[in-house]
Amino acid sequence: MTMPAFERIQKEIGENDVVLYMKGTPQFPQCGFSATVTKILTHLGVPFKGVNVLEDLELRQGIKDFSNWPTIPQLYVKGEFVGGCDIVREMFESGELKTLLVDKGLAA
Amino acid sequence: MAMTAAQIESFIRAAFPDAEIEIKDLAGDGNHYEAHVRSSAFAGKSRVQQHQMVYAALEGRMGGELHALALHTAPKP
Repeated sequence: MTMPAFERIQKEIGENDVVLYMKGTPQFPQCGFSATVTKILTHLGVPFKGVNVLEDLELRQGIKDFSNWPTIPQLYVKGEFVGGCDIVREMFESGELKTLLVDKGLAA
Repeated sequence: MAMTAAQIESFIRAAFPDAEIEIKDLAGDGNHYEAHVRSSAFAGKSRVQQHQMVYAALEGRMGGELHALALHTAPKP
């Protein structure tokens, strides 16, 4: 099965260090879970690319199939799926998220 | 088409017979839940893998009839 959405996702997460697939935009998140992850990344001072899945139905389903993950938001760092809102929040609270970003050279 | 906490628990229980499961209906609307699941099946798995295992147990309902399930998983010692 060819999935044009998969190729786009692969390209996006390959070309950008931090990508957040979300509902809405970093400026105007349209879902509380997407807003939470946006706030955490902003708090950590990490530049990221926000991709609004609400603007693209194919992508909205494609990202779920790509990661085998049923919900949005989804955070990718250096091409790897880190998790959804719960995992990102847990990793932020424990300090693991910052460690991950520092280790990858993305945060100070 | 909302799910009850008991339904959610029974799907999780079927996949993780040894699990300690706690489910809260956060908003009282049958739509926003929080689940804590501790099972020996999670040992050695990443967080993403642990959550994927729970989502698999819910057989596709997550993100569909189950809108929001805040998930906390941990291995049971």
